[in-house]
Amino acid sequence: MSTTGDTVIQTHQLTRHFDQVVAVEDLTLDVHAGEVFGFLGHNGAGKTTTVRLLNGVLVATSGEAQVLGLDPLADGPDLRRQTGVLTETPSLDDRLTAIETLTVYGALYDVPRQDLERRVHDLLAHFELGDRAGDLVGGFSKGMRQRLALARTLLHDPTVIFLDEPTAGLDPVGRRTVHDLIADLSRRDGRTVFLCTHDLAEAQKLCDRVGVMEHGRLVALGTPEALAHELQRGVRLEIELDAEPDPKVLASVAPATTPDGAAPAWDEVARVARVWLPTRAAIPGLVEALVSAGSHIYGVTRQEPSLEDVYFALHDDGETGRVTGGGI
Amino acid sequence: MTAKLNWRAIRAVATRDLMIVRRSKNVLLPIILVPLLLLVIIPGAIGFLGGAFDMSGDMDDLAMFFEAMPGAMKVQFAGYTDNQTMIVFMLVYTFAPLFLILPMMTASTIAAGSFAGEKERGTIEALLYTPATDLELVLGKMLTSWIPALLVTLVGFVLYSVTVNLSAWGTMGRVFFPTPMWLALIFWMAPAAAALGLGAMVLVSSKTSTYQDAYQMGSMVVLPLILLVLGQLGGVVYLSVGFVVAAGTVLWIIDGVVLWFAVKTFRRSEIIARL
Repeated sequence: MSTTGDTVIQTHQLTRHFDQVVAVEDLTLDVHAGEVFGFLGHNGAGKTTTVRLLNGVLVATSGEAQVLGLDPLADGPDLRRQTGVLTETPSLDDRLTAIETLTVYGALYDVPRQDLERRVHDLLAHFELGDRAGDLVGGFSKGMRQRLALARTLLHDPTVIFLDEPTAGLDPVGRRTVHDLIADLSRRDGRTVFLCTHDLAEAQKLCDRVGVMEHGRLVALGTPEALAHELQRGVRLEIELDAEPDPKVLASVAPATTPDGAAPAWDEVARVARVWLPTRAAIPGLVEALVSAGSHIYGVTRQEPSLEDVYFALHDDGETGRVTGGGI
Repeated sequence: MTAKLNWRAIRAVATRDLMIVRRSKNVLLPIILVPLLLLVIIPGAIGFLGGAFDMSGDMDDLAMFFEAMPGAMKVQFAGYTDNQTMIVFMLVYTFAPLFLILPMMTASTIAAGSFAGEKERGTIEALLYTPATDLELVLGKMLTSWIPALLVTLVGFVLYSVTVNLSAWGTMGRVFFPTPMWLALIFWMAPAAAALGLGAMVLVSSKTSTYQDAYQMGSMVVLPLILLVLGQLGGVVYLSVGFVVAAGTVLWIIDGVVLWFAVKTFRRSEIIARL
């Protein structure tokens, strides 16, 4: 197997078992140069194991992988010079200062000596840690630690960047900073970002393509929009009304619950009814029933399916044993 | 494994770990307190008290004790008074194997923090994602333990030399320490003892995930030293220059085997699989 053209990550039936536990099973995917690739899944779905396999720090049980044309296991040191990994926990030592942390890792990543000091100061300034450079990491907040870990990830100017839950536990400002950074890394700098997340809104906002993992298996792969349309089931409507509609009228047309378990809902503040219908053809019947019951309709809006809908649809299928291979 | 070692990476690992050791109270305290107790307070008391009492009347039991000593050892005490004999026996011979605890303990304490402790603190993962090879990582971490152990040995040796000569000056009336046997002990056997302490700890750390577990299991490596002390007190062993050089050589050979296994055991894929 060899990576060709603009493919920077390629796996073929990559598998890793831990004794009887299947962490990753038959993973086959391509990631292209310069794209933000979202790797979605619950905790324990196999995302972190995949990052470890792709960086040659974990041995695969079977299957193949290539990153930047290199075999992660055989060419591990050469590969890791070109990849940057933000681990799920920042993996920082409390007893080192921010500047010591980056300087040591700069040497480990073989950043040229003449560039190291400037690079460290630039990154600390970029991540707004310049005035805390000489402080021990033990005194840093969670957000500061995450920013320092991101600075460490980018220290050696990697071509491919693996970010494992980069916004977990961050406040909204911190999340936006990280989102802007990811967008810059890809759009402005042309780097490839492999983003592991279970934040669906984040993935929808940032990713060019996503892969969805479920129990170690890739159950969907494609652009968020394509997956949403492929897996779309029924129609979600927002109906603007003068008053809450009679539940019996809704029940005559709309099912009692949506595929993800939610019931039709009335938003008193927005004066909007949110309803799910199994098919588009049921919309006129619902409108007619509401009008017949005396409701005044001011607007009917169709909600586009989101990545969240896709995710839960896949998850529900997985739970019932009907794993969808959509898009693979 | 790459053909050529990247010494910059090895130095970076060692520098990082040494900075952490310098700021770790639970590592530094035993490294400071044990030498103070073992090399200053106890020998100082022996030196002072050894000359403070007239032992000539209580020597029947001691005479029997020395009678049981190997002949070569008895020669060492020829011409000494009873008090001088007691001081030389205690401070030159009995303390020699005890001194070896120092490099061994220093190396194993630091190694426990550097290997198992790092897993426990969750700080090792980022290190494993660097381009440093397994061999470079383990060498850097071994140097982190071995170099301070040698430094503590040398500083401890100087402290001990000053303490015993000063405290026993009233009885001995001259500088009687160090002896050639001690020079062999410090420059040949102590570095080997330090290497054994760290090698054992690297092996143990691969099977444990906490600093305490590793420290407790690795501490068993000092048992042979306790046997050496007992052997000497029982007249079975005599720490001559020849014995120290021979024992040191055996220790270096054991080190070679233990360190080889330790390096083989240190696999990032094994470590990360247990995180």
